[in-house]
Amino acid sequence: MSAIHYNIKQRQVTHMKLLVCITKTPETTAKIAFTDGDSKFDESGVQFIMNPYDEWYALVRALELKEQHGGTVTAINVGPAANDVVIRKALAIGADDAVRINAEALSAGQVAANIAAHAKDKGYDVIFTGKESIDYNGSEVGGMIAEHLNLPYVSYASHMDHDGTTATVNRDIEGGVEVVDVTGAFVLSASKGLAEQRIPNMRGIMMAKRKPMAVEEPAVTESKVSVVSYTLPEAKGGVKMIDPENMDELVRLLHEEAKVI
Amino acid sequence: MSVLVLAESPNGQFKKAAYEAVHYGAKTAASLGGECVAVVIGPADNPADLGKYGASKVVHLADYTGGIDASSYTSIIGQVAAQVGAKVVVVNHSSTGKSIAGRVAVKMDAGVVSQVNSVPTQEDGGIVVTKPVFSGKAFAKCKVAGDKCVLSLMGNALPITEIGSACPVEAGSVDVPASSVTIKERKTVDGEVPLPEAELVVSAGRGMKGPENWGIIDDLAKTIGATTACSRPVADTGWRPHHEHVGQTGVAIRPNLYIAAGISGAIQHLAGVNSSKCIVVINKDPEAPFFKAADYGVCADLFDVVPRLTEAFKKMKAQ
Ligand SMILES: Cc1cc2nc3c(=O)[nH]c(=O)nc-3n(C[C@H](O)[C@H](O)[C@H](O)COP(=O)(O)OP(=O)(O)OC[C@H]3O[C@@H](n4cnc5c(N)ncnc54)[C@H](O)[C@@H]3O)c2cc1C
Ligand SMILES: Nc1ncnc2c1ncn2[C@@H]1O[C@H](COP(=O)(O)O)[C@@H](O)[C@H]1O
Repeated sequence: MSAIHYNIKQRQVTHMKLLVCITKTPETTAKIAFTDGDSKFDESGVQFIMNPYDEWYALVRALELKEQHGGTVTAINVGPAANDVVIRKALAIGADDAVRINAEALSAGQVAANIAAHAKDKGYDVIFTGKESIDYNGSEVGGMIAEHLNLPYVSYASHMDHDGTTATVNRDIEGGVEVVDVTGAFVLSASKGLAEQRIPNMRGIMMAKRKPMAVEEPAVTESKVSVVSYTLPEAKGGVKMIDPENMDELVRLLHEEAKVI
Repeated sequence: MSVLVLAESPNGQFKKAAYEAVHYGAKTAASLGGECVAVVIGPADNPADLGKYGASKVVHLADYTGGIDASSYTSIIGQVAAQVGAKVVVVNHSSTGKSIAGRVAVKMDAGVVSQVNSVPTQEDGGIVVTKPVFSGKAFAKCKVAGDKCVLSLMGNALPITEIGSACPVEAGSVDVPASSVTIKERKTVDGEVPLPEAELVVSAGRGMKGPENWGIIDDLAKTIGATTACSRPVADTGWRPHHEHVGQTGVAIRPNLYIAAGISGAIQHLAGVNSSKCIVVINKDPEAPFFKAADYGVCADLFDVVPRLTEAFKKMKAQ
């Protein structure tokens, strides 16, 4: 799974094969409600978007690497045909082609198993995911793909340089960053800062219509994890307004009533 | 059957998160049957202390000093789980825990549920546990089929109490393949509780007008021993470091007390902080949406109110 290196007039040019996992999530201000006895997310009236971490950071950094080293960027999604709009957007932003694994996404495990099954013999140099999907907030898919493919997993990347062979990555950790070097193919999850969001232009949108989008049948259709039911958090009791001149009163309430200090 | 818990010891020291994970592991073992075994990777002061929070034994792999990557962690945990007969593995929902939970699950052929906030129970043919979804706007009850699962525990999800006494510590033995990841350095802010673990957080937004005004926020935070946070535009414009950014695209936190000054309370900001036990909002705009999500509100100029709140806390501490 390593890059092909060759020299043209002293300059090393590397052809990189890049895979970006993209998922569809409700738009960030969407109203969260449930149906079917609270067992299903109520999609009525909800607008869907590409998961921000996938679109803004993972995809754009992959495109930048391609622009720097040459190569291809493939977008992949596990989902039904309704997801094609989101996949087209990835093509409009600049991905060369796309793959949709034709199955409902049931859990991180089932999604990762399918992506790994697609990727195992393709020789991708870097497989990108977002740091988490903003609906399920699992942060699971990337590591699971890596384990299936026996590749290193570098999570929460906020910066990455890649010379074609070795990548140097800054990872977000509690209260700071960790800097790591990784050689050879790997899976990376993108956090904020990895790249600057790109807005698709008219030309990109037109070109996207002609770019190849393959539909593959799933290798794995069973899931170990399922959601039994959803609940909404209890509503807040209402705000107690405090006289700005009386901060002693606020401190007293925090101490005696809320008991948090 | 046993429950294996990774007790993280950053810089050789256990933090609250490690005790939380062990305590949760002990409760999980009590609920599902079996005992709670803790694994400690790298140097650690007093691993036997984990017994106080419910571990019946600690497997200590003290040799891993240089920091290890996700695949090495996975390999170690997979081997120790097999050695102690663990079918359930518990990690913190920390940068390390999140990076390995899914990997370990694949290795063990188990289901994974991340950011859990309840003790799992056995229900016909599976393990049931809850977690927040939609950035804390709802909770999902998840079911893992079979008897194997990996859980990452949300911070501050349950109170910890000492329930036992020091326990035996065994030196572990595993075989870890070489990794193609080298950790070159770790740059962390010393002496401050990291945001995901903080019980008290003081946060500020664009209402601060500029980075030069943060002194009053730092003073308030220092007075009560809180960690500082900020809204996204504040981190984006470089007024504050990125790791302080909380919200949907930043860190999700769950402190006991969240004080927000000069933050409007946009839905994406709330997504990261709405599970806080108590929220205090200081904003000069009575229409600021944040007041609707607050427990206590102060409608006034923060430059006037924040220093006086600091003084009031000092007065309370002096008593
Ligand atoms: C997809 C997406 C993801 C996002 N993710 C996040 C995220 O993770 N975290 C996040 O924070 N934001 C996020 N945002 C941005 C979010 O929508 C808001 O724009 C942002 O939270 C606003 O930051 P703010 O409250 O600091 O600034 P503003 O909205 O400008 O609010 C400033 C507030 O300060 C008050 N104020 C001003 N002066 C004073 C004074 N002297 N005294 C008291 N009060 C004063 C004002 O009344 C106002 O309410 C996201 C947006 C999108 C679209
Ligand atoms: N159905 C899916 N198809 C393709 N990629 C996905 C899918 N679900 C999640 N991912 C990827 O995995 C990342 C983490 O998702 P999660 O583990 O659900 O938080 C996302 O940011 C995506 O890059």
